Amino acid sequence: MSLLPFCQWLAETRGSVALHESLYMYPLVESAHVLTLCLFLGMAVMFDLRLLGLALRRVPMTEITRRLGPWMAAGFVVMVITGGLLFYAIPIRSYQNIFFRIKVVMLMLAGLNAWVFHATVHRRVAEWDRDRVTPRAARRAGAASLVLWAVIVVAGRMIAYNWFDCDKQPQPNVVNLAAGCVVETR
Amino acid sequence: MDLLAACQWLEASPLGTAIRTSTWAFAVIESVHLLALAVIGGSVLLVDLRMLGFGLREQRVRDVAGEAAPWFVGSLIVMLVTGAGLFISEATKCYYSQPFAVKMICLALSIVFAFTVRRKVTGAEEGRVRPLQYKLVALVSLALWFGVGAGGRWIGFSG
Repeated sequence: MSLLPFCQWLAETRGSVALHESLYMYPLVESAHVLTLCLFLGMAVMFDLRLLGLALRRVPMTEITRRLGPWMAAGFVVMVITGGLLFYAIPIRSYQNIFFRIKVVMLMLAGLNAWVFHATVHRRVAEWDRDRVTPRAARRAGAASLVLWAVIVVAGRMIAYNWFDCDKQPQPNVVNLAAGCVVETR
Repeated sequence: MDLLAACQWLEASPLGTAIRTSTWAFAVIESVHLLALAVIGGSVLLVDLRMLGFGLREQRVRDVAGEAAPWFVGSLIVMLVTGAGLFISEATKCYYSQPFAVKMICLALSIVFAFTVRRKVTGAEEGRVRPLQYKLVALVSLALWFGVGAGGRWIGFSG
C-alpha cells in the first residue's frame, strides 16, 4: 500500500498550503526544530555518554534519568510537533525523499533501541546505578543510540537537497525504488 | 584590504572554491556542524540549567561544569572549524548577511563570556556564589548562545 494518495490529499488541505506558502511561519517552525535539537539531543547525548562511561560517571544513573529525562522528553515533544508540521507543509516531496525515508526508518530503530534498553538492562538499573562502568548491554544501547541519532540528524539535514528527487530524472533504479518515485516507463 | 575584499579573496581561494563547487562538501560540513551543535547545546544546557536550579540539582555546579567542560571545548572547536569551512565557501554572501553579523557578534560575546565570567562563577566554591548570580550568568549564557543559533539558522533563510 502506498501512502502517496494520503500525502496528495494532505498537500491540498488549507493548513498545508498556508504553512507551505507562509513567509515566516515555515522558517520559524524549522528554526524551532533545529534549535530544539540542543535540548532533546543534547540531553540524549549526555545520557548516552553516561551509559558509555564517558561523562558524568560519578552521577547515579537514576539521578540522570530523573533530572534530565523530563527535559529530554519536553524537547522530544517539540521535535515531534515541529517535525510533524514540517512534513505537513511539504507532504509529497517529503514522502518521496530518500533522506526523509532513511530518517523515518532510523527513528523507528532509535525507538526500538530505547525500548529494548528500558525493557531489559534498565530494569536492573538498581544493580548498576552507581557503577562507573555500566553493563555491556547498556553500553551497547548508548553507542547504538549515538550512531542512530547522528544518522537521523544528517539525513534530516539532507532532506533539503534535491539530488535524488523524483522530478529529477533519470535516477538509478535503486533510487527511484527507495524514494517511491512513480516513473513512466517507455 | 577591506573586509569585503577579504571575503571575496577567501571565497575565491582554492579551499573556498573547492567547497562551493563540490556537490557534497557543503552538505557534509554542514551536517558535522549540526552534530556538534547537539553536543555543544547539551554541554551548555547541562550547566546553565543546573545554575538555574534545574537538571542535575543534586550535583554541585562546579562538578557539573567540570564534566561538561571537555565536551564543550571539543564541540566548540568542531563548530569553529566546520563553521569556517562553510563561511569561506560563501564569504561574500555572509558579508552582506545581517543574520550572519548578528551570529558573529553573539558568538564573540558568548565565547568571551564562557571563558571569563561563566568559567569563574561555575568554578567557584558553592558557598561563594549567590543563587541570583548563578541565575544571571545562566540567563546571559543562554541568551547569547540562542543568538548564535538563531542567527545561524537565519543565514540560510535570507538572501
